[in-house]
Order: sequence, then structure tokens, then C-alpha cells
Amino acid sequence: MTHSFKTGLMLAGLALGALGLADPSPAHAEDDPIRVGSFLAVTGPASFLGDPELKTLEMYIERLNESGGLNGRAVDLVHYDTAGDANKARTFVKRLLEEDEVDVILGGSTTGTTMAVIPLVERAEVPFVSFAGGVSIIDPVKPWVFKTPHTDRMACEKIFEDMQGRDITRVALISGTGGFGKSMRGQCMDVAPTFGIEIVADETYGPGDTDMVAQLTKIKNTEGVEAVVNAGFGQGPAIVTKNVAQLGFTVPLYQSHGVASKKFIELAGDAAEGVRLPAAALLVAEKLPMDDPQRPVVVGYKATYEAVHGEGSVSTFGGHALDGLMLYKGAVEAAGGIEPAAVRDALENTRGYMGTAGEVTMSADDHLGLGLSAFRMLEIRDGDWALVE
Amino acid sequence: MPPAFVEFLQFLLSGITSGAIYALVGLGFALIYNASHVINFAQGEFVMLGGMLTWALMSAGLDLPLAIGAAVALTVLAGLALEKLAIEPARDADVVTLIIITIGAGIFLRGVVSVTLGKDFHPLPSFSGDDPISVLGATIMPQSLWVLGVSALVVIALQLFFRYTLLGKSILATSYNRDAARLMGVNVGFVLLLSFGLSAMLGAMAGILIAPITATNFEVGIILGLKGFAAAILGGLGNGLGAIVGGLLLGIIESLGAGYISSDYKDAMAFVVILGVLFFMPSGLFGRRRTERV
Amino acid sequence: MAHNVRPSGYSKFAKKQTYTRRMGTKKNRAQMLLSERGGGLSLLILVILVLPLFLANNYHYDVVVNIGINAIVVVGLNLLIGHAGQISLGHAGFFGLGAYVSAVLTARYGVHGLVALPVGALGVGILAYAIARPVLRLSGHYLAMATLGVGLIIHIVISREAWLTGGPDGMYVPPLEVMGVAVYGGPVWYWIVAGALILAVWLSLNVIDSPVGRALRGLNGSEVAAQAAGVDTTRYKVMVFVLSAVMAAVAGSLAAHFSEFVSPTKASFLQSILFVTMVVLGGMASTFGAVLGAVMLTLLPQVLADFADYEQVILGLIMMAVMIALPKGLVPTLTALVKRWVRRAGS
Repeated sequence: MTHSFKTGLMLAGLALGALGLADPSPAHAEDDPIRVGSFLAVTGPASFLGDPELKTLEMYIERLNESGGLNGRAVDLVHYDTAGDANKARTFVKRLLEEDEVDVILGGSTTGTTMAVIPLVERAEVPFVSFAGGVSIIDPVKPWVFKTPHTDRMACEKIFEDMQGRDITRVALISGTGGFGKSMRGQCMDVAPTFGIEIVADETYGPGDTDMVAQLTKIKNTEGVEAVVNAGFGQGPAIVTKNVAQLGFTVPLYQSHGVASKKFIELAGDAAEGVRLPAAALLVAEKLPMDDPQRPVVVGYKATYEAVHGEGSVSTFGGHALDGLMLYKGAVEAAGGIEPAAVRDALENTRGYMGTAGEVTMSADDHLGLGLSAFRMLEIRDGDWALVE
Repeated sequence: MPPAFVEFLQFLLSGITSGAIYALVGLGFALIYNASHVINFAQGEFVMLGGMLTWALMSAGLDLPLAIGAAVALTVLAGLALEKLAIEPARDADVVTLIIITIGAGIFLRGVVSVTLGKDFHPLPSFSGDDPISVLGATIMPQSLWVLGVSALVVIALQLFFRYTLLGKSILATSYNRDAARLMGVNVGFVLLLSFGLSAMLGAMAGILIAPITATNFEVGIILGLKGFAAAILGGLGNGLGAIVGGLLLGIIESLGAGYISSDYKDAMAFVVILGVLFFMPSGLFGRRRTERV
Repeated sequence: MAHNVRPSGYSKFAKKQTYTRRMGTKKNRAQMLLSERGGGLSLLILVILVLPLFLANNYHYDVVVNIGINAIVVVGLNLLIGHAGQISLGHAGFFGLGAYVSAVLTARYGVHGLVALPVGALGVGILAYAIARPVLRLSGHYLAMATLGVGLIIHIVISREAWLTGGPDGMYVPPLEVMGVAVYGGPVWYWIVAGALILAVWLSLNVIDSPVGRALRGLNGSEVAAQAAGVDTTRYKVMVFVLSAVMAAVAGSLAAHFSEFVSPTKASFLQSILFVTMVVLGGMASTFGAVLGAVMLTLLPQVLADFADYEQVILGLIMMAVMIALPKGLVPTLTALVKRWVRRAGS
């Protein structure tokens, strides 16, 4: 008896203690802080998305509070690390919704974690702005779901558009097997015909792979490949880039918006010269023309972020988090409060907001609000980003 | 050279590049297993520590050689601490309990590094530049030669150590029969400590050698640890040469699989081959057949 | 050369426990049986009955239901690791496979959830049976590698075949329907999973006390000795391997319908490691230890989430500390303590 009795006691005790049942969450009052909930992949394979996103949210919410808060109310950030795991994301979003009773949810670094929680958010009717790239998040449109980054579909379109200008028609794809690579690969396959592009080789690599020479050799020996597109994030694209150089493979190499930070150039070294990628203007902040309306936004964010986290540390990923926070701020100000339905409507009515990703104009059937023109085609020259005219 | 041959050679070299990395990591598993019969699932974290510490020390202003030396020394300290503080107090526990302790240690080390050194990826400079070396029309990077060369040296050094030094022989004796070794005057506690120190050193060296190829971050050890474990098992546990052959084979299967069959399924193919080998050789390629005493 | 003095089993602890059990008088044994099968189970049921009084919202239910689902897997895995002494680092593969069979059959082919679940269990059972003989010929770390390989291959196939499984981003699963009514929400799932867990524990306790269980304990002591005594060790090992795989698959199916979402992380290597850790932390060869292990390791991340960056540091420290202080796991160590205390108090 003792055996099981002890077990039972501990089981009950643990459950009660751990769930924090002692302190039921207090009801919201008018001057209580606004509660911003967030779930990001701060660790795990997508940590280089989640890490700058969280840093940005923390930094800007602190600034917001220093300057008097939002509509005169302080802003609290409640964050949980999903490690990129969709199952964890679901539990944490339930926690945000039911336990922390947040007023808005910002985040979801990856398409997988975002898609997993959409039914929960829709049911709870809480505004949700995702920082993930997949087009499936906003197509079809879900009433409560918005997102800030360009879609992977747009990245493919931008790349193929650039290829048209260079008379490239036969293209090889190499993509990571993670969610990002897999999704972008599918989108590229999908839109290629509309740009008169033929995918003649299609290879993949795993998340921890140390060498992609075999796949690239196969691509190199494929008849008539005129360019290579690499869909992936993390260190994989850097290894691909170095391996392409090692093989003396000279066709143009296109990377995705998944490598849009200085880190990529640092990791790939000299091999990165001449690589092109579609990215937000943030990366070339200082190179934008003085009269570019986006210039003050991106120069400001870059300076703020790098002042804390070091020269060259800014990435478009952190920018997506800033855009999400600012969109919510704008919506609360427009709605005159945090009432969920009003904020949702205000988000949908966002007109001409200038963010790090570009100018955002949302509508009932566009919960992204970015055009293809907001994407810039960049080329790496002399270890730095350059705008391709 | 006919193009088909050059292509094959390129696949082979690519496989050897990855394989040499798996081999070095696998060697660390083999070493600790030899002395303690423990599979140290924190071995991948030693690899990570080597790379991350070298990067951290270099960005603190140290030269590459100095940073390498210090990083290896620090990782060895971590290995010794792991044995002294976590393995030794639980020495009489089950093997599986010890494994859980090493898993906990791995999580702990990842946590400490992410908190102190951050979560970013970092590169190290290649030791001998980035100009590919041409071999009969195929190419290999000089850094890969470093990995291969050091692996070979380490295997030779370990063989000499186990065969000709008293210390090495004590480790072997402990691996065969701990109680008998103790009766023969071997300080078993010290041997265990030594084996953790040595394999931490191997792990750190692996981590430093490969960082210029793959870059390093706090979680780089998870998959490398897995591959290293697979290499050690494929070769036959407790056999240094086995771990090297196992690692190289693993790399070559992956790369030939990616090249000739499907890059989507190259990892799966590697595990299918391992399963196949184990079904016919239940102690790996070079492992001794064990007999059980009743 | 006799390379290893240790028996082929992974756990020498279970053997010791067996000795104490065998040496007890018949009457003592009857009492123990009463305690484990009667007392333990009724206490578990009591806790399950009372617990909902303390669950305030869907998040609480989510955590508790996940505990229950993990516990079902771990109770099965404990039979394999704790009693048969065979390690498996691939059980998340079976768990994930069960989840995906349910997900794919219901979402893509319109099969009823209550049909998909047994189909998944049967399929996993057949797969486990097919691989069991060659895999279980291996021992120790080689067995660990083989099961790890099986799990990884399942994980890779699930991640790659996106047309069927949705790939790395996962897929939605329609809610379970019973007589035309969708089963949705924490409270309903609480009772479903609670029922399944009670069934799993009852099954486990019965297996342990059956002739199979006795044969298994023989296995864990010495396989050669058991064989010499005429026990068909392989057959029993295969049986318990298949049973534990099927239990994992059923838990996977339940998880898929409960979450209404599946992703390949359910089948990942790290998930397998987590299941094994639950068994060992709770206490090998103890059914209620398995349950407690599931409780601990499902709750811990929720508790530690508040520590943000330090979550992993603390989790690693707790795992090490518990295993060093209580190498036999929580429940067996605590039971021994309480027993000693009771004995002292009695004398």
C-alpha cells in the first residue's frame, strides 16, 4: 500500500503545485498592463529566427514602456520557447490564452508552429500576428491571423523574376528537409512555369549535414543547369555556398530570404561573393536612397538593434517581430483600446504602415499586405550586401 | 578521366569528408565505453564545447593555436568534472541510469553555453586556406585533409598508448574486467577519470577541426553525437579502428546514397545499412563476439 | 573473450528486485500483490477522479492529458526496459506511426477515427513483430542502436512524404467522432485518456504477474540460465516488444485526435530519449514509477518555462541530481525508504 500511496500523493502534489493553481489569474482592469503573448523558436534548429525576434520584442516593449506605454497602459511580454516544436507550441498557446489571458499573440517563428496553433487562436478569437514565412498562413485568409514577413511564394517569384532578366530558364533546386526548405521548394515548383522556368534538378540535405558536395556534384553534372536556387536557413546554405565554390561550379547561385543576416556572409566567407537573394530593405538600410520612404524605419531599427547586440547583428527576422509589434500598436491606437474584435478590425484596416519588410496595406482578403516590390534583390559584393538594380 | 569516374570519386571524397568527422566523434564514444561500458551521450557536447570555446577565446583576442589549446584544456576539464561529479557518485548504478545522467549532462552543457555564449552560429577560419585541392578531377578542401590526418594520428597514438604504456594497459584491463583489474592494483577510479578526460579531448579536437567546415553553435553536438554513436556501433563498440571505419563507411554510404539514389533518403539508407550489418554481425564490424557467463 | 561480466540485460536492478520478491513467503507475496494490483490501481483511480476538481482551464487539461498519453507509452516501455531488460530508443517511432496512421486515414481518406485507431495499432503491431526477432537478437548498446535506427527511419519517412503526411510542418487531424458527435475539449479527453491509462496500468500489472512476467524476470536475471531452464526467451521478448509498441501506437492515435494536429517531432529521436528517461527517472520495473516519470517530465518543461534561458540548465541539473541521488529511480527508492520506516516503526 505504501508504495502506491506515496506515488499518488506525489502525483497529486506535483500536479497541483506545478500548474500554479494557488494563484488564480486576476481579472483584467482598465489600467492593468496590456499582455502581449509570444511563442518563439528561441532554441532548436530555427533559433536564429526566434533569438533575434525575442530580443527585438523585449527591446522595443521596454522602449514602449519607457515612453509611457501603449494608450497610457504598460505592456507586459509573456514568452515561451517552443524550440520549433509544433506540439510544444500548441500547449504554450493554450497557456497564453487560458492561463496568462493575453490580449494579443505575436510570434510563431516557423510556419509549422504557426499553423499548429491557428485553430486555437481562431476559436479563442484573439488577434494573432505570425512572424513565419509560409504562404499557407494567410492563404486562405483566417479572420484572426495576420503575418509580417514576405511569403516563400513571393521569394520564389522574386528570384524567378530576376532570372528572367538574365535569360535563365533551366534551374536546379537544392533545399533543406526542414519545414522552411520543404515549403519553399513546393512553392518554387508551383510558380516556376508561370515564369517560363524549368526545374531540371531537385536535391535536398538534412538539418545537421556537414557536406553537400554529393548533391551539388549531381546538379553540376545535370545537363544544362543555368542557375542553382537554395531554399533553407541556418548553417546549411553557408555549407552549400562553400561547396559550390569548392566544385568550381560557376552558374549563378540564389539563396532565399532565410539567410538574410550578415551571419550568412560571415559563415560562407569568400564563397558568398556574387550570391543573390531576395530580402527586405533592412539589410541595405544605409544604401537606400535618401528619399526612400522606408529609409528612416530600417536605419532606425538597425541602429537600435546593433547598439545593443553588436555591429552586423541585425537580421530581417528581428525586423518581422518589430513589424508585428508596431502593427499591433497601431491597431490598438486606432481602435482606442485592446478589445479583441476592434483590434482585429483595426489590423485589417492597416493602411500604408511603413515597416522593415516594406509598406503594409491590409484588407479583408489580404492579411499580409506586402507587395512583391517590397522585396529587394540583393547581391553579395566585397563581403557586403549590394542592391541589384 | 571518364566523367562517371570523376563523379564517383567526388562522391567518395565528399563521403570521406563527412565520414572523418563522424569517425572522430565515434572514437570518443569508443574510448569511454572501453573504460566504463557507459555510452556517453554528452559526447556531442564535448564536440560543441571545443568549437564554441575556440570561437569565444578567439573573439576575446587569442590567436588560433592558443585558443585551440585553451579550448581543448577547458573541454578536458569539463570531461573530468562530468566524471568526478556525476558519473563517479553513481558508479554502482545501472548502465541505463548512467546514460540518463550523461543525457542530463548534455542538456545542461547546451544550456550553459546558450546562456553564456549565445545561440548564434560561428565559423572558425580554415587552418590552411580555402583553395580546393584537385584529385584526378575531383576536389577536396584542405580542412578535410586536416580532419582525416588528425583522425589517423589519433588512432595511431591511441594504439601506441594502449599497447605500450602502463596507463593504457590499465584502461584495457579495466575494460575487460573491472574487479580483476582492481585486484591487480589498477586504480580503477583514476582510469575512469582518465578515459573521460581523453574522450573530452578527442571531442573538442573534432569540434575544432570541423568548425571551419560546418560552423558551430550550441546545438551542433546533437546530430554529430548521434552520428558518432552510430559510427561507434557500426564499427563495433570499444574498438578504436572500428569507430574510424564505421564513421568513414557512414559518410560514404550517405554520400553515395545522395549521389546515386536519393538525397531525401540518404540518412535513412545509412541506418538501413547499420541495421543490416547488425542483423548479420550483432557486435558490429570489428566488435568481439561476447559470451555470457552464467 | 568474455568481454563483459554483466548479463545481457540492460538493467541489473530489476534482477535484484526479483530476488527479494521470490524469496518472500507466499503470504507476503499475496500481500504485495494486493498492494500493487489492488491498492495501487485504486489509488490511481482515486487521483484521477479527484484531479478534475483542481483543473481550471483548457491549458491545465492539456498538460494533464499529455501526461496521461505519455504515461501510457511509458508504462508499456517499462515492461520492455524494466522487466524484460531490453532497451528501446525507438519507441517514439511507434508512437508517431500510430499518430500518423490515425491522422492520414481520417484526414485524407475519410476513415472513421474509431476504425483508424485499431488499424494503426494493428499495423504497428505487425511491424514490431516483423522486426522484433532480428532486432531482439542484439543486446545492450547494439540493441539501443538498432531500435534507434528503426525509430529514425520511421521519422525520416514521415518527414519526407509530404504529399501524405504534410512533411515537417505537420498536418491537421479531424476530431474524433462518436455516434456523429465530435469529441472536443479538455474535460472529455481527460476521461478518455484516463480510461486508457487505467487500462494500460491494469494490463501492465497483469503481465508482470502472469507466467510471461515470470519468464521475463528470468530473462533479466540471466538469459542463458532462463534458456537452460527451458524458457523460450525470444518468444517472450518478442511478445513484450510488440505489446509495448502497440501501447505506444494507441497513445499516438489518442494524441493525434486530442491535439487535432500531428508533426514529425512526435516520432523524433529526442522524443524516444524522453520516453526512456521517464522510465528510468520514475524507477525501472515499477509500473507506478513509469506513471510518475511521465508526470515529472511532462510537468517540468511547463514549470521551467518561466526560467526562460535557464530552462535547459535547470532541466539538465535536475535529471543528473535525481539519477545520482536516486539511481534506482523515484518510486523504488522512496518505496524502500517508506518500507524501512514502517518496519522500524513496527518493531
